[in-house]
Amino acid sequence: MKFSVTVTLKKDVLDPQGKVVQNTLINMGMKNLKGIRQGKHFEIDVDEIDQVSAEKKVDEICKKLLVNLIIEDYKINKI
Amino acid sequence: MKSSVIVFPGSNCDRDIAVALEKMQFKNTMIWHKETVLPKSDLIVIPGGFSYGDYLRSGAIAGKSKIIDEVIKAANSGCLILGICNGFQILTETGLLRGTLLRNKNLKFINKDVRIRVMNNDTKFSNKYKKDQILKINIAHNEGNFFTDRKHLEELKKDELIAFKYCDEKGNINEESNPNGSIDNIAGIFNSKKNILGMMPHPERMIDEVISNKDGLNLFSSLIN
Repeated sequence: MKFSVTVTLKKDVLDPQGKVVQNTLINMGMKNLKGIRQGKHFEIDVDEIDQVSAEKKVDEICKKLLVNLIIEDYKINKI
Repeated sequence: MKSSVIVFPGSNCDRDIAVALEKMQFKNTMIWHKETVLPKSDLIVIPGGFSYGDYLRSGAIAGKSKIIDEVIKAANSGCLILGICNGFQILTETGLLRGTLLRNKNLKFINKDVRIRVMNNDTKFSNKYKKDQILKINIAHNEGNFFTDRKHLEELKKDELIAFKYCDEKGNINEESNPNGSIDNIAGIFNSKKNILGMMPHPERMIDEVISNKDGLNLFSSLIN
């Protein structure tokens, strides 16, 4: 069963990379740009049949390694 | 006194720290990260470098290695732990130190000698320094921007757990003397028991007048006492 995980910096944490990307796009003439936050994307394949237990496992993977909960938020989606 | 230096794939300050420790008469052992037993040590050092190529987050992978369980056990039983640069990042990833190190505010890798001020000299790591002494020490990092929550920051201040702050030549602590955007110019912190120190600057690079200066020497001479 496959899942995608998106990890982003929390709202209050400065994201200098996102800011640079945003400024570059503005300099390139891009209009109506309100904000850009950069993050990470993982695709995880788990050997489970039951969706609930599969999601639980992915959540554990996030909490134990993929995400630094002090500064990052994450979202899990089934793909 | 006995010391152990933990070596990860990508560590590159491990031999420098060993030279500094041996200069101060520590009996030092290098410990590969796959080891599961730590020799009895008075001091464990997590050295600088780019463990695992900084994959995922700086220090994240090294923070989950086998030997770290032993380091955590030793830390909880009062052993002195020193994490420098990547070692500081690893200590935050293990949870032995709170907070985290974000990407430098200016997005650049910074390698230069900066001034730091000794904020607390009443610890096993800093007793040979004078309070408010200004040291000239090298920094070399991409993720040195210390960040933590308000509550922890208040604790750090109240319990005098801030070891060093970035300052200018006269000791002024302000935005101009902050190289990487660290909250409150913090360059190094202790845990609540003050047996763990994490710092971004490299004291092991400042132990010899010929190649730099001796401003880092007193950190090691404090420890040998």
